[in-house]
Amino acid sequence: MKNFAYSRAESAQAALTLISRETNSKFLGGGTNLVDLMRENIEQPDALVDVTRLSSGGIAELPNGGVSIGAEVKNSAVANHLLIRERYPLLSEAILCGASGQIRNMATTGGNLMQRTRCYYFYDETARCNKRNPGAGCDAIGGFNRIHAILGASDDCIATHPSDMCVALAALDAIVHVQGPNGPRAIPFEEFHRLPGNTPQVETALGPHELITSVELPPLEFAKNSRYRKVRDRASYAFALVSVAAAIQLEGDNVRNVRIALGGVAPKPWRARRAEQALTGSAANLENFRSAAEAELSAARGYRDNTFKIELAKRTIESVLGELANLGDLQ
Amino acid sequence: MAQKSMTPHDLTEVAPAAGADSSKVQTRLSVNGDTLSLEIEPRVSLLDALRECAGLTGTKKGCNQGACGACTVLVDGQRILSCLALAVQYEGTQITTIEGLAANGSLHPLQAAFVEQDGFQCGYCTPGQICSALGMVDEFRSGMPSAVSGGVSTSDLEFSDQEIKERMSGNLCRCGAYVGICAAIRQAFEEEVGK
Repeated sequence: MKNFAYSRAESAQAALTLISRETNSKFLGGGTNLVDLMRENIEQPDALVDVTRLSSGGIAELPNGGVSIGAEVKNSAVANHLLIRERYPLLSEAILCGASGQIRNMATTGGNLMQRTRCYYFYDETARCNKRNPGAGCDAIGGFNRIHAILGASDDCIATHPSDMCVALAALDAIVHVQGPNGPRAIPFEEFHRLPGNTPQVETALGPHELITSVELPPLEFAKNSRYRKVRDRASYAFALVSVAAAIQLEGDNVRNVRIALGGVAPKPWRARRAEQALTGSAANLENFRSAAEAELSAARGYRDNTFKIELAKRTIESVLGELANLGDLQ
Repeated sequence: MAQKSMTPHDLTEVAPAAGADSSKVQTRLSVNGDTLSLEIEPRVSLLDALRECAGLTGTKKGCNQGACGACTVLVDGQRILSCLALAVQYEGTQITTIEGLAANGSLHPLQAAFVEQDGFQCGYCTPGQICSALGMVDEFRSGMPSAVSGGVSTSDLEFSDQEIKERMSGNLCRCGAYVGICAAIRQAFEEEVGK
């Protein structure tokens, strides 16, 4: 690992001042991804600004009934917080399905959003990767691509976003609050992560030296009836092949509201808008759940080793919605 | 509190400094009740600081990339991976390693249980397993659910093998001593947190 200058900030303003001192500098959260990438020489910052000791309000109820989560709050603290467990169980479940107990104790909320892909070719300095070395080509497209994307990929990059937590945040329409050289702004979650297109190295909507300060969960009454299911090669401590975050509100036998997001299948947490549109107002039965899943996956494209994910995603969507529909009518 | 001043040995895993800033920083760490003053580069992991600078070689380096759990230590009572932690980030915290568990010449009850239940063969993963289990039991006591708790709204957690396995999934044992590891954790804590 290349050496770097280290500094620690205790306020967002201090963090912005410190980060501006070096061009090639990065904010450091729990380090569970960044330190690993630095050890592999994929990230080589000249300076790190430690933002784990900022005080962005912890986890707090908002006047509108939503909840704010400070960027420095650890993943385990979010998963175990009663406000989250009661109002947004899909978020607790998603976090608890990710990584290990040790990593969840280190990883921060802001850092989780900034995770980079686990594509093997991205990690392998001897492989071609447009994300690591723009214009170099992509060895995943013609290579071993079992874990890669079936939705939203491009001819330049088929890497997936690795987060579980972010899949739940996508379903919840979370808002990412940031501060930067040009002041604060709020980014809707769906706009935070970007599809690769022909610039796969640009992964988020953050500008240079912008800092995530908190993540806001808008009020969503029916999120109480929600679920996160992760399908993976091992029962624990493995990245998703396919995951589904979903919440549903029934009115009689019909779907009044539904939120669905997918993980493990796309370069960003994938909000399943087509499936949601197909279901809203229709009868809550497995046949409709299946056709909504078909609608969402109609644009899917499989590669040599990952075509199985298309059917797996459909079945997982159908199954999770079926479970939620039987579980409860919150009316 | 003992005050120890140390300088690091050469670290085999790090290349000569090629970065813009190769300067070392003064870092004070509190480890097992001792204050250590270290002069280290910011890139030194907590794992290397413990092993190479402080001479506390009980904490083990397995994968060095956050996959195996051998380097698990406790920070303010919470289990973390010291290989993915930069030592400079942990100033002002209380770090506990395997060396800090025995008291007055007696093994910690969990250490004794690992011996009694054959919770290891080669022993390389054992310090990480034990530190992880201590943090895990605290999480269980706090009511934190897991991915196998049957929903996160429940406060009715069962200290079952299934729960132990899920919560300990970040610690690999290549000898495959998992049955003994689960038994040791049960023996040490079942009376207190089990039903």
